[in-house]
Amino acid sequence: MVKDVLSKFEPRRENLLDILHAVQETSPNNSLSSEDIEMIAKYVGITPAEVYGTATFYTMFSVKPRGKHVIRVCVSPACHLLGGESILEALKEELGVDVGDTTKDGLFTLEISSCLGICGVAPAMMIDEIAYGNLTPARVRDIINEYRRGG
Amino acid sequence: MRIERAHVLVGIDAGAVLAGAREVQRKLEEEIKKRGLEDEVRVLETGSLGITGRGVVLLVYPEGVYYVNVKLEDVPQIVEEHLLKGRFVKRLMLEPQIAEILARGEAPKKLARQKRVVLQNAGVINPDSIEEYIATGGYEALAKALESSPEWVINEIENSGLRGRGGAGFPTGRKWRITADVKASQKFVVCNADEGEPGTFKDRLILEGDPHKVLEGMIIAGYAVGAKRGYLYIRGEYELSIRRIGKAIEDAYKMGLLGDNILETGFSFHVEIKKGAGAYVCGEETALIESIEGKRGNPRPKPPYYPGVKGLWGYPTVVNNVETLANVPPIILNGASWFRSIGTRESPGTKVYTILGHVNEPGLIEVEMGTTLKEVIFDFAKGIRNNRQFKAALIGGAAGAFLGRDALDIPLSYEGLKEYGGVLGSGAILVFDEATSIVDMLKNVIFFFKHESCGKCVPCRVGISKLYEKMERIAVSKGSEKDFKEMMEISDKMADTALCALGQSVILPLSSAVKFFKSELIS
Repeated sequence: MVKDVLSKFEPRRENLLDILHAVQETSPNNSLSSEDIEMIAKYVGITPAEVYGTATFYTMFSVKPRGKHVIRVCVSPACHLLGGESILEALKEELGVDVGDTTKDGLFTLEISSCLGICGVAPAMMIDEIAYGNLTPARVRDIINEYRRGG
Repeated sequence: MRIERAHVLVGIDAGAVLAGAREVQRKLEEEIKKRGLEDEVRVLETGSLGITGRGVVLLVYPEGVYYVNVKLEDVPQIVEEHLLKGRFVKRLMLEPQIAEILARGEAPKKLARQKRVVLQNAGVINPDSIEEYIATGGYEALAKALESSPEWVINEIENSGLRGRGGAGFPTGRKWRITADVKASQKFVVCNADEGEPGTFKDRLILEGDPHKVLEGMIIAGYAVGAKRGYLYIRGEYELSIRRIGKAIEDAYKMGLLGDNILETGFSFHVEIKKGAGAYVCGEETALIESIEGKRGNPRPKPPYYPGVKGLWGYPTVVNNVETLANVPPIILNGASWFRSIGTRESPGTKVYTILGHVNEPGLIEVEMGTTLKEVIFDFAKGIRNNRQFKAALIGGAAGAFLGRDALDIPLSYEGLKEYGGVLGSGAILVFDEATSIVDMLKNVIFFFKHESCGKCVPCRVGISKLYEKMERIAVSKGSEKDFKEMMEISDKMADTALCALGQSVILPLSSAVKFFKSELIS
């Protein structure tokens, strides 16, 4: 499957970020495995260490398996001012994990973001590609429960 | 071509989507069909309508009526009353007093008070339609530029006094001239759309509201400096922007406004999108260049590698911010002296601001340079929430300055803020009410730098961690004079020795907090 993704790109270093995005998108656990990294390295003609080093630099990529849903909580000054910390605390408590960790059921990974660019509705978070704004701890719990019901 | 008697624009931005804009749009289409109006009324999805914090916003043409906080259940009434019978639904209209003005056929007061140059089309035209952009005079500036010499174009931009809107405020014309003067087999233009400054989302709304304006600016820049290729480096998180600009590029190619032999003038220019992957430092131009090359976004030391001379793959490269490029077509079309007539002498033109925090109406505005902070907060953002007092504002994003009450009367411009010890930065204005703790906010800002430092250079990597450790302690019990003296020394050293603007700019939030809010920080 990774091979099919790779064939869509010319094997050049400048396409590395696009390749990493595309491979990660097809991954069942939202991350890049060491096999993925080796295949990409071979395809682009650079060392696996270079691919690994590049992937770990960017927050959108993960070399650690992530949950089915990736939650990114904004901790920028704009969200912080309007209660961002209480949102993060509520999530930690509700999910029983710390930042960077995945819940035992494999459903959620909790991450932080420096800014999601939706400051007009601070405090905000994103679950996968969906943005949630004007959050309160109570609303966060409701949202998580909805996901739990939906799987 | 089908001619509709009415257009309903649905403002689609993050806030509106959260308030249910998509559902309202679907319901509108459904109701219009139900009433058999589908051949007469067109529903268009557009970027932000410039009115935020008011839920779903609709703009109905030809009357120019704004409906705000539109709920699903309001849709049948709007269709029945306004679109079928031609009567306004007053209870949903923007504001009662504005409703009166609208009834007299004048422009809405809120928008009329803004000076829209960059955002002129945003929320007015369908951003996915190149025809609508062209109908508003789009690509005329490109045609005018291509009929003139690159030298004339650069002169015009130089004479306009346009300065970079990404944060640093470097004169755009001078930047272009440096690259134009270098002899090289290849040159590049890069549009910096990696908007990561906390509190800033203006570039996203420009890209989503009027993508062709940015593209036109890029092509003109390419012609001026002698580049044949351009890259649009955009935040990976901005899915909608990527889709919109992708469509714009595709349509421009089809129309012969991009590609080989543009408008049969012999000039060729190609543009490609490069998607970022989440790293604030990539907004720094040399880090951004490394990232386009498919590497870690580590900044390059400059000098000697000033990108204008030695940038992408070692070739001369102009890197301009989205808002800067969006200013180019209107300048070329209307002339440098027109641009100079707006704003202040040293900061001509307008500025797009995002106003956030404890204000009644957070959102985005475009006003002339030189508008005071007081006007921005009290007139445009309708003052402080919950009838509280204004305490401070963090202006220019995390790398900006904390300014207090004395700053309310300063005109917002490069020189106006500089005089006060602040910077315009990316145009984010975060407003704090009297109950806000400066210690807490300063700690949050330093955490931001710690989180985003790329770690390549020692001053930034080690310096930020030291500052954060101290700040954590100070947040528990106030700091001493000595603590802050040490913190200032560290950040001063960072300003002198860090490789890029990320490590160099922590001094500003820190020093401004100490200067204006000393009693709160030091016991």
